[in-house]
Amino acid sequence: MSWGRAMTLDGVGSIADPAPRHQASRRRVTDEAPWLRWTLVAIAIGFLTLFLFVPLAAVFYEALRKGWDAYFAALVERDALSSIKLTLLVAAIAVPANLVFGVAAAWAIAKFEFRGKNLLTTLIDVPFSVSPVISGLIYVLIFGAQGWFGAELKAHDVQVIFALPGIVLATIFVTFPFVARELIPLMQSQGTEEEEAAIVLGARGWQTFWRVTLPNIKWGLLYGVILCNARAMGEFGAVSVVSGHIRGQTNTMPLHVEILYNEYQFQAAFAVASLLALLALVTLALKSFIEWRTGREGAPINPEGPSR
Amino acid sequence: MSIEVRNITKRFGNFVALDDVSLDFPAGDLVALLGPSGCGKTTLLRIIAGLESADAGQVLFHGEDASDRHARERKVGFVFQHYALFRHMTVFENIAFGLRVKRRGERPSEAVIREKVHSLLQLVQLDWLADRYPSQLSGGQRQRIALARALAVEPKVLLLDEPFGALDAKVRKELRRWLRRLHDEIHVTSIFVTHDQEEALEVADRVVLMNHGKVEQVGHPEAVYEHPASPFVYGFLGSVNLFHGRAHDGVMKVGNTTLAAPEHADAVDAPAVAYARPHEIEVDRYAPGATGIVVRLARALAVGSSARLELEPVDGGPPLEAEIPVEQLRSLGLREGETLVARPKRMRIFIKPEGAPHEQVAA
Repeated sequence: MSWGRAMTLDGVGSIADPAPRHQASRRRVTDEAPWLRWTLVAIAIGFLTLFLFVPLAAVFYEALRKGWDAYFAALVERDALSSIKLTLLVAAIAVPANLVFGVAAAWAIAKFEFRGKNLLTTLIDVPFSVSPVISGLIYVLIFGAQGWFGAELKAHDVQVIFALPGIVLATIFVTFPFVARELIPLMQSQGTEEEEAAIVLGARGWQTFWRVTLPNIKWGLLYGVILCNARAMGEFGAVSVVSGHIRGQTNTMPLHVEILYNEYQFQAAFAVASLLALLALVTLALKSFIEWRTGREGAPINPEGPSR
Repeated sequence: MSIEVRNITKRFGNFVALDDVSLDFPAGDLVALLGPSGCGKTTLLRIIAGLESADAGQVLFHGEDASDRHARERKVGFVFQHYALFRHMTVFENIAFGLRVKRRGERPSEAVIREKVHSLLQLVQLDWLADRYPSQLSGGQRQRIALARALAVEPKVLLLDEPFGALDAKVRKELRRWLRRLHDEIHVTSIFVTHDQEEALEVADRVVLMNHGKVEQVGHPEAVYEHPASPFVYGFLGSVNLFHGRAHDGVMKVGNTTLAAPEHADAVDAPAVAYARPHEIEVDRYAPGATGIVVRLARALAVGSSARLELEPVDGGPPLEAEIPVEQLRSLGLREGETLVARPKRMRIFIKPEGAPHEQVAA
């Protein structure tokens, strides 16, 4: 039993069931008049409809305008298929890489004290604050033909820019913060007591990680991975700079959508775009599911929280 | 197994948590580390466990230097204040953890683990909770599971960090008696940290009083309570009355009252403080010429067999607290507002070191 939770549930209960009108005098101080409440709700719903729901519906409407046959034809077209494959491949490399880096960074920041910790925390946020185009340009400057390592890479016949490695690097850069950002506050709030308990009981480092740390963060980790994956598949700016837009070779799905659109193939563009929109919906569904699970399981063991 | 710490010093930045602490913990004893928060008691416990490393000094297990041994090799059982149970494991798996992480050669078979866990659950009298998760248990149950988990690896030493700190008063009382009985049963050398003097005095074989990173006094509970070695110990172990005055030639003057201070016969007009516990103060109705401190009875509170009197000295000064049997209160027929005289039957006088500020004591 956790007092914290019991009280939260209570709070939610009484907000969900507003006081009857004749008891207006006994209304809570935080309650607003009904007209104000409904106005706020209407504004919020109106805004969401106009700016989120209508565009989303438009994607599917445009994609299916010429019927299902045309829709599937656009998806299995050679270049479209190759862009889908490339996107999946990039995500399959970038997401696991960020999973490992993210867990390592979060572990270091949340569980240890060291010099430069604040700097590291700030660095993790850089991809969020830098324009994706800049992120792409950085790699062009480093690995491009005129870049720092350009000549050397060319001598060894390694192609980074306008090829898969460049796309993967740019994607990793842009999506790096998702896992780490999700885990740091979670791991900080959990403290190190359980790890200490495991060590005193004789567990070695890896055992402590696999048996204690990882199970405790699994839902947060999954949440971060899903967001990371959504962004990895949907990234446009950074990838656009390093990809070179070679059809059938270095075009990811978002880039392919743009090319089709620029060529006035609206239906095909929206068909591919609908896949990305579907990915977004699946991501949202998974995200809600995880939030529901953590809401149930994530109850803190001790209401007071760890001391010290 | 006996534990010894030698000249342990530990700093956190500028804060000195432990200042050259040396202590002996004889085998089989249950010792309490008692002191106010920030006195270094938890740090000392964590250094013994190997969870923290000392800046200087040694920890000896059974006479052997264990300072460089990693926490996982020290074979200590550690019970955390907030239990630190593995929240994603059942009670059974929590207790089995220490056995499951052993190296393959030493790891007992599944059947042995099962048997061991169940016998430990019986020991802590919670056999029926094996399949629950920690979040489904009460605080007292969690603490007992944490203890069972610590005992599963058959530690040579049991270290408990404020084991009852997060529990409510009633459960706390039950659990500490239970811990005492358990210790008498298994007889493993145990050290527990507490800031609750009642808990320390009731449970421990020996009490170590700590303040500001130093050991103030070590001894049997009765001895430290009856013969506090310093004003700090006096003030920390139960409520106490302070009489500020001056000691001279074996006599202490408090206001216009004199108290005998034979142990300070050589004192020459030295500032002194006399300490007396509430039950060491006797009161009587005021009569002209009576010796003692003239006070007004501000409040009389009869709870159980004794009555607590709040006394305000007539010539000013901090209020006094006296405890007398309820029968005496009745037979004297004392009323609130009456003028009385108070006399310490027994007290301890400490000469204040010249120039040093007076030590603040918790009442």
